[in-house]
Amino acid sequence: MKITLKVWRQKNAQDNGRFETYNVADIESDMSFLEMMDVLNQQLIKDKKDPVAFDHDCREGICGMCSMVINGHPHGHVKATTTCQLHMRSFKDGDTIVVEPWRAKAFPVIKDLAVDRSAFDKVIQAGGYISVNTGSAPEANSVPVPQDMAEKAMDAAECIGCGACVAACKNSSAMLFLSAKVSHMALLPQGQPERKKRVISMMKAHDEAGFGSCTNTGACEAYCPKGISITNIARLNREFLSAALSSEQPV
Amino acid sequence: MKLDAKIPAGNLEDKWTTYRSKCKLVSPANKRRLDVIVIGSGLAGASAAATLGELGYNVKCFCFQDSPRRAHSIAAQGGINAAKNYQNDGDSIYRLFYDTIKGGDYRSREANVYRLAEASVQIIDQCVAQGVPFAREYGGLLANRSFGGVQVSRTFYARGQTGQQLLLGAYSALSRQIAAGSVKMYNRHEMLDVVVIDGKARGIIARNLITGQLERHGAHAVLLCTGGYGNVFYLSTNAMGSNVTAAWKAHRKGALFANPCFTQIHPTCIPVTSGYQSKLTLMSESLRNDGRVWVPKKKEDRLKPPQQIPEEDRDYYLERMYPAFGNLVPRDIASRAAKVVCDEGRGVVKSGYAVYLDFSDAIKRLGKDVIAARYGNLFEMYQRIADDNPYETPMKIFPAVHYTMGGLWVDYDLSTTIPGLYALGEANFSDHGANRLGASALMQGLADGYFVIPVTIAQFLADEIRTPPINTNQAAFAEAQNNVQAQIDRLLGIKGNKSVDDFHMALGKIMWDKCGMARNAEGLKQARKEIQTLREEFWQNVLVPGTANEFNPELEKAGRVADFLELGELMVIDALNREESCGGHFREEFTEDGEAKRDDANFQYVAAWEFTGTGKDPQLHKEELVFENVKPSTRSYK
Repeated sequence: MKITLKVWRQKNAQDNGRFETYNVADIESDMSFLEMMDVLNQQLIKDKKDPVAFDHDCREGICGMCSMVINGHPHGHVKATTTCQLHMRSFKDGDTIVVEPWRAKAFPVIKDLAVDRSAFDKVIQAGGYISVNTGSAPEANSVPVPQDMAEKAMDAAECIGCGACVAACKNSSAMLFLSAKVSHMALLPQGQPERKKRVISMMKAHDEAGFGSCTNTGACEAYCPKGISITNIARLNREFLSAALSSEQPV
Repeated sequence: MKLDAKIPAGNLEDKWTTYRSKCKLVSPANKRRLDVIVIGSGLAGASAAATLGELGYNVKCFCFQDSPRRAHSIAAQGGINAAKNYQNDGDSIYRLFYDTIKGGDYRSREANVYRLAEASVQIIDQCVAQGVPFAREYGGLLANRSFGGVQVSRTFYARGQTGQQLLLGAYSALSRQIAAGSVKMYNRHEMLDVVVIDGKARGIIARNLITGQLERHGAHAVLLCTGGYGNVFYLSTNAMGSNVTAAWKAHRKGALFANPCFTQIHPTCIPVTSGYQSKLTLMSESLRNDGRVWVPKKKEDRLKPPQQIPEEDRDYYLERMYPAFGNLVPRDIASRAAKVVCDEGRGVVKSGYAVYLDFSDAIKRLGKDVIAARYGNLFEMYQRIADDNPYETPMKIFPAVHYTMGGLWVDYDLSTTIPGLYALGEANFSDHGANRLGASALMQGLADGYFVIPVTIAQFLADEIRTPPINTNQAAFAEAQNNVQAQIDRLLGIKGNKSVDDFHMALGKIMWDKCGMARNAEGLKQARKEIQTLREEFWQNVLVPGTANEFNPELEKAGRVADFLELGELMVIDALNREESCGGHFREEFTEDGEAKRDDANFQYVAAWEFTGTGKDPQLHKEELVFENVKPSTRSYK
């Protein structure tokens, strides 16, 4: 296959950035999208040009590091995939493909296609945990968890924190990410003691990090590589409302 | 140098309990004044950093990824072992210990492994309390499944993403400590040297990967939780960034490197399809619970559609060769058997390097829904990569490099031979001998981080309470920084004609061909020469674009490959020295009836190597392994 790429090049956070056009040949349909980018980079290196910086690590769809907007679609047009698990068989010979970084105020560009997602860490640090020091846990089977609740919690806990939900959202909202963590913990008995405090604190951190509000367009769910459902956002709203109404502190 | 493993006296069952009752402690007021650096944020690193933070130490944690949640522990699929005996099938701490020692082909240390089995029970309690959503039965209690090399069900799991859920549990505990101010996190930082002052590890030189700035960080102790070195083979199931650099720099500064040739080749990975491939993908070992491994009996059937090969023409070779364990033999044995049938010309893809993993019997017996519930995400992942539906056509699989049992030599305290420098998780060598059993890597990472190091590190730090914060203006820091800077400048200055990947690929081919699933003296000797030549060429002809003071992933890679080019030679030397076959190390000259032949009389030791200079013969130190509780025997899974 021959592919024409229009790739966002931006030297650093201060640079304005622009699209550059590249042609790559000898692309095989079994290649992943990132392997195709490897081919481009090898070509650029050998032409003594600056290779395209992009984030990637596990290349098996679980670490959440890869992050490209491909022809306007976060992680590409194939449903429920990460960029590393998108294969060139989903494209045609001669295609022109536009590749951009996640675009959101809370995710500033570091270089080219790599962005800074530490805002996600800050949201988790605001309460995405159960406060249990090592060594103080009770016997694991002393608290039964109904199987369906455990499964629902797992559905939410599968979030890989890639940020495609933010990139897909016209408001750059991270509500799907936030709601996945809040749901995971609110559904489990272990998460109950800090349930109210957690949702209020994490919501605040979400807003302070510069993420926008949710207007229920559903774009996040459509692009989530792990198929995290927006019913989690509905749950987040219920959790927040009930926590806020019953809080003894002003929210 | 005399290696002292510092194994506590007493009965195996009492060693760890006695140790904890008598060991030194550091008071809460003094912990606040002690600084600890943790390199890596995977299961071992995140759990260690979080727990040391909870205890009150000042912790700095470093990872090269953009967030501690990305560490490659996240990709572990199948599960985590624990001797809970919830299934009432005869499991016990002793049995988990025994299975691990036997599975490791009697090349690990009894006391460490027993402690690991003891900690396994607490790990599950801890993770459940953190909210890890393990699979459960209808009654709400925890579910288990079986894994290779054992006859009990002791593996806890969260769908096919157990590593992800355990890591996110450790990450949440770490995040809590970051918020509390007890841990300071450095994302996108790579450790490029360890600083040793008066024989003790006192800090590191790290590169801020965004700005390129070199930073000095001092501490009273340094923990390396940096994972394995499987990427020396170029193609492996490791993440692209997984590397040996931190461990190798420590080795160069005096830490011994143990059993480097012990690498695990995992039997069930998606086969290589062509030369552009950047990495290999594992299909969880749990699939062998319900999948049957086979190849055609006749060579001429190998490329026929599998559905057209009648039952009597199929060779379910694992069931045939190892009837007691069948498809659930340990990984080294399953991998080697696949190599044997493929070498016989019965491999089922064009290249000849693949076998079938067939679920049709299980689907007939249990129904598609049950199989989908157990392995749905793995099947989906397979279909996405291989473009083939495993519900209808058997999966094609082949062994791939997955894990490294070797690593920095550590004593019972997890201390390397440099006081104050510790190695945890896959980065050390201690628990898995010559072969690791499935679902034991997660167990070891978390045992080391949550339960071992928080106790053992006090043996060192209790004597450091009078040491003030480490001053990073000392000469040793300046010297280490200058050396790091010099290497970066040298790499950028070569401006040769070959990319870093060209060299990495060439190294990987040497390692896979000559130090992979089967090794022999002639090949290993040749490999050493080839690696030396390749390394020389690297330092004359590598092309690293860009500058030092920017985000430069190619420069990062170049530094890592430079270290792999040294490690590869050590692996070959170790493999040549070990004139026996054991676990993942299979020497073609040492076999009996086609099976590996171990030599306990001459090789029942840990080979710990001391660095003497690049390209020079390293010095071998032996730690004899003493088995007081189990009697080494020929491992039989027949």
